[in-house]
Amino acid sequence: MPWLSILMGVPVLGALAVAAVPKGNDRLAKQLTLAVSLVVLALTLAMAFQFDPAGPRDQFAEVYRWIPAFGVHYAVGVDGIALVLIALAVVLVPIVVLASWHDADRPDARRSVKTYFSLILVLEAMMIGVFAATDVFLFYVFFEAMLIPMYFMIGSYGGAQRSYAAVKFLLYSLFGGLLMLVAVIALYSMAGKNTFLFPELIGVIKDPTAQKWLFLGFFIAFAVKAPLWPFHTWLPDAAAQAPAGAAVLLVGVLDKVGTYGMLRFCLELFPDAAKFFTPLVITLSVIGIVYGAIVAIGQTDMKRLIAYTSISHFGFITMGVFAMTADAGAGATLYMVNHGFSTGALFLLAGFLIHRRGSHHISDYGGVQKVAPVLAGTFLVAGLSSLSLPGLSTFVSEFLVLIGTFERYAVPSIIALSGMVLAAVYILWMYQRMMTGPTAESVKALPDLNVREKIVIAPLVALLIGFGFFPKPLLDVINPAVKQTLTSVNVTPFAPAVPATAEKKGAGQ
Amino acid sequence: MSTLAAVAVDPPKIEYAELSPMLLVFGAAIAGVLVEAFTPRYLRKSIQVPITIVSLIGAFVLTVWLGLRGTRDAAAMGSVAVDGPALFIWGAILLLAVVSVLLINDDDQFVAQAAAVPGSADEDRAISEGGAHTEIYPLVLFAVGGMLLFPAANDLLIMFVALEVMSLPLYLLCGLARRRRLLSQEAAMKYFLLGAFSSAFFLYGTALLYGFAGSVDLAAIAKSLGSVAGQDSLLFMGAATLAVGVLFKIGAAPFQAWKPDVYQGAPTPITALMASGTLIAAFGALLRVFWVALGNLDTEWIPVLWAVAILTMVVGAVLAITQTDIKRMLAYSSIAHTGFLLTAVVATGNAGQNAGALSGILFYLLAYGFATVGAFAVVTMVRDAGGEAGHLSRWAGLGKRSPVLAGIFTLFLLAFAGIPLTSGFFGKYAVFSAAVAGGATALVIVGVVTSAMAAFFYVRVIVLMFFSDPAPEGPTIAMPSMGTAAVVTLSAAATVVLGVFPQPVLDLAHSAAQSLFVR
Repeated sequence: MPWLSILMGVPVLGALAVAAVPKGNDRLAKQLTLAVSLVVLALTLAMAFQFDPAGPRDQFAEVYRWIPAFGVHYAVGVDGIALVLIALAVVLVPIVVLASWHDADRPDARRSVKTYFSLILVLEAMMIGVFAATDVFLFYVFFEAMLIPMYFMIGSYGGAQRSYAAVKFLLYSLFGGLLMLVAVIALYSMAGKNTFLFPELIGVIKDPTAQKWLFLGFFIAFAVKAPLWPFHTWLPDAAAQAPAGAAVLLVGVLDKVGTYGMLRFCLELFPDAAKFFTPLVITLSVIGIVYGAIVAIGQTDMKRLIAYTSISHFGFITMGVFAMTADAGAGATLYMVNHGFSTGALFLLAGFLIHRRGSHHISDYGGVQKVAPVLAGTFLVAGLSSLSLPGLSTFVSEFLVLIGTFERYAVPSIIALSGMVLAAVYILWMYQRMMTGPTAESVKALPDLNVREKIVIAPLVALLIGFGFFPKPLLDVINPAVKQTLTSVNVTPFAPAVPATAEKKGAGQ
Repeated sequence: MSTLAAVAVDPPKIEYAELSPMLLVFGAAIAGVLVEAFTPRYLRKSIQVPITIVSLIGAFVLTVWLGLRGTRDAAAMGSVAVDGPALFIWGAILLLAVVSVLLINDDDQFVAQAAAVPGSADEDRAISEGGAHTEIYPLVLFAVGGMLLFPAANDLLIMFVALEVMSLPLYLLCGLARRRRLLSQEAAMKYFLLGAFSSAFFLYGTALLYGFAGSVDLAAIAKSLGSVAGQDSLLFMGAATLAVGVLFKIGAAPFQAWKPDVYQGAPTPITALMASGTLIAAFGALLRVFWVALGNLDTEWIPVLWAVAILTMVVGAVLAITQTDIKRMLAYSSIAHTGFLLTAVVATGNAGQNAGALSGILFYLLAYGFATVGAFAVVTMVRDAGGEAGHLSRWAGLGKRSPVLAGIFTLFLLAFAGIPLTSGFFGKYAVFSAAVAGGATALVIVGVVTSAMAAFFYVRVIVLMFFSDPAPEGPTIAMPSMGTAAVVTLSAAATVVLGVFPQPVLDLAHSAAQSLFVR
C-alpha cells in the first residue's frame, strides 16, 4: 500500500474540496478541514504501527521516475527520524485547525476563510512530503514550494505588520534555498551518477574541498530555515505576525525541516566537511542558545518572546545534531518533536489570550490566573515544558543533548547549560507578569478557556506529560535511525580528530 | 563567348518543403497586403484574422511534420539551416505567435488612425467612425516570418535580412497603441533609432568578418578561423560588432536601454509578441553566431559573455526593484531572464555538454515565453479610465476584486521567480545545471543571488495585490474577450504543466538539441 502517497494525496484532495465549498458556508469548510486532518492523523497512526524500528532503513518506500532527463525520481520513504517528524506534523494540524476556528473570521482579513483552511491542508501535504522525500531534488521542491502557502497565511491573515513579515520570511528562505539549489546542481554533476536518489549519493563526493563547498550550500539554507544564529532575524517577525495557528506550524514543523536537513543531508552526504565545520556550528549553536534566551528575557511582546525562546532551543537541536554522538543525535531528534508540542502549546495559548484581550503586550495583562485559572494553568505547564522541567517531555531531550554533547565537547555543553537557567528566567518572569499579582482592570472580564479550546490544549498537555515520563516509544523509533545515520557519517576513512580549538572558540574566548 | 556556352549554369537548388513553414507565413503576409488593397474596409478584419491564424497554425503543423520527418539540413544552398534547434525554435515561435495574435485580435488595443495627430479632431473622428488598422495582421505575419528566418539563417547576410524583416514591422507596430499615443510613438522612434544603429553594427561586423574569411557563410567563417593568419584585427573587430548587433536584440546589458521604454510604450499584445517571439528568435541567432561561426574562438568571447551575463542579471534585477510601472517591471525582469539564459550560452564544452546547454536554453525560452505572454495578457485586462492601469499602485488590492485573475498573475510571477512546481523553476534549473556542468559555477552563484533579488520585486506585486487595501477608485477588470481568456488559460496551463510534468517537453528539447547546429 503506498502509504506515503496516500498521506500526501488525502490533504491535497481535501484542500481542493475545501476550496470548492460554496462561498458563505465557512462552517462547512472548517468542519471538512478538521475531518480531513483527522483522517490523515488516523492513517499516519495506522502506518506508524506497521513501522518496524529494527527493519530496513527506508520503509514504505516508493520510487517512480518523475523527470528522467534530470535523473529526478518521485521517491519517498521514512526512517525513524522522518516518521516521528511526520507524526509531529499530522498531530499538530488538526489541533491548529481547531484552534484557528475563528482566526480567519476577522473582518480585516484579506481573503476568505476557506482559503485559509485549504492552505493549511496544502501545507500539511508538503510537510509530509518534505520529510518523506528520499530524492534530494524532490526534497528541494517541497522545501521551496512549502514557502508559498505559509507566505499567504502570514501575509493575508497575520497581524499589523503582516506583509513586511511575510516578505522577509519568503526572501530569507528563498535566498537560502537558492544557494542550496546551486549545491544540489553541483552535487548532481559531481556525483555523475545521473540520479538524485539520496541513498545512492551517500559517500559519493570524496574530494574534501568539494564537500566543504557543497556542505556550505546546504547548511546555509538549513541554518536560515532552522533558524540558527545569525540567520534568525526573520523568525521573530514572522512568528509574531503570523496568526497563532500558522505560527505553530511555522515554528513547530517548518523550521524543523532545517534541523532535519542538517541531520539527514549535511551529515550523511558530506561527513568530512561536517566534521570540519563542527567547531563553527557548535559555536554558533551555543551563541544562539545564550543569545536567544537573553533576548527573550527582554521582549515585551509574548509571541516574539516565544519566537526567541525557539531560537535558543534550535541552538540545542543543532548542537545535538553536530555533536555526532548517539545520545546527542537521539536527543536532538526527540527535541524536534517535543519542541513542536511545547512551543505549539505556548503559541496557541498566547493566541487565545491575544484573541480575548486584543494585545500582544505582556504588560497589558496581569493576574489572569484569578479570572481564567485553566488558561493560566495550562500556560504554566506549557511554559515549564519550555524551560525543560523534569517530568515534562522536553527535559528528556534537552538532557540527552547535553549528555551527548558533553561526551565530546564539554565546554560548549557547560555554557549551553546556562540556557536552561535563562529559560527559567524568561518563562517564569513572563508568567509572573501576566498571570500573577493583582488582576489588571482590562482582563477582569477575561473568560476562561471554552470547550473547543480545552480540546485543543488537552492533547498537547497530555503529550508533554506522557512523553516526559515515558519517552521510550519515540526513542525506540528514533535510536536505530540515528545510529544508522552516525554509521554512515563515520564510515568514511578520513575521520580527522576534531581540533581542540573548538572548545576555546565555544567558550567565547 | 565559347567559355560561357561551355559552362552549364546550375540553377540554385531550393528545398521548398524544408522552407515551407516560412514560405507559408510570408505568403500569407503578402496575401494580407493584397487583402488590404482590394477588399472593402468592413470586410478586411474578418478576412485578415482567419488568414493570420490559419497560416500560423499551418506553419506550425508543417514544422511538426518536418520534425517528425527528421529533417536536419542546411537548405537553400546552405544558407538556411533547418536543423533540430531551428525546428524547435520555429515551433515555439509559431505557438507563441498564435497566442499573441489572439491578443492582438482585441480591437481596443490599437489606434484608430495612425496618421491622425494625437488629441486632434481627426483622431476623434477616426475613433467615432470605428476606424481600425487591419494592416497590423500582415505586419505581424512579416515580423513572425522574420523571427522564423533569423534563428535559422546560416549565413550572415541572410541573418541580416531576417533581422530587418523581423524588426521593421515591429518598429511600426510599437507606435500603434490606442492610448497614451505619444508614449507609444516615442517608444517606436527610440526602438527604430537604436535598432537601426544596432543593425548597422551587425552589418559592419558582417563586412569585417567577410574581409577576414572571404565568406559570409557561418560554416566557412568557422573553418577559416584555423586557416587564416595575420588578420586578427579584422576578426576581433568583426566578432565584437556582430555581437553588439545580436546582444542588442536579446536586450543584454549594456544594450538593454530600449527594452523598458519599448515594452511600456508598445501596445501590450505587441509587447507580448516581442517579449516572447523576438527573444526566442534572437537567442537562436545569437547561438548560431557564437557557437557555429565563432565556435572555435570561444576562449576569446567566453570572458566577454561572462561579463555581459553578470551585468545583464545585475542590471535587470536591481533596476526592476525601482520600477513603478508593471510593464517596465516586466521589461527589466525580461532583461534579468536574458542574463540567466546567457549563463548557459557560455557553458560550452564537448558535444554532450553543448547539447545539454542548448536543450536547457530551448526549454527555458519556451517556458518563459508562455509565462510572459500570459502575464501581458493579464496586464491588458486590468484597466482604468485612461486604458491599462500601468502604475503598480493601481494594482493594490486586485486580489480582493478579482481573486482568479490575481491568482493567475501570481502564478506567472512565481514562475518568473523560479519557484518549484512552475515552469520557471525547471527552466532555471536546466540552464543553471548546464552552466555548472560547463564550469560556470561562479556565474550560477551570481545567477541565484540575482534570482533572490528578482524574487523581491515579483513578491512585491503579490503583496500589493493580496495584502494591500484596494484603492478607492481602483481599476476595473475588463471582461476578457474569448481570445484573451484563451490566452490566459493556455499560458497558465502551460506554466503549471511544464512545472509539474516537464518530461515530454524536455525530451523534445533534448532530441532537438542532440544533433546541435547544422554546419
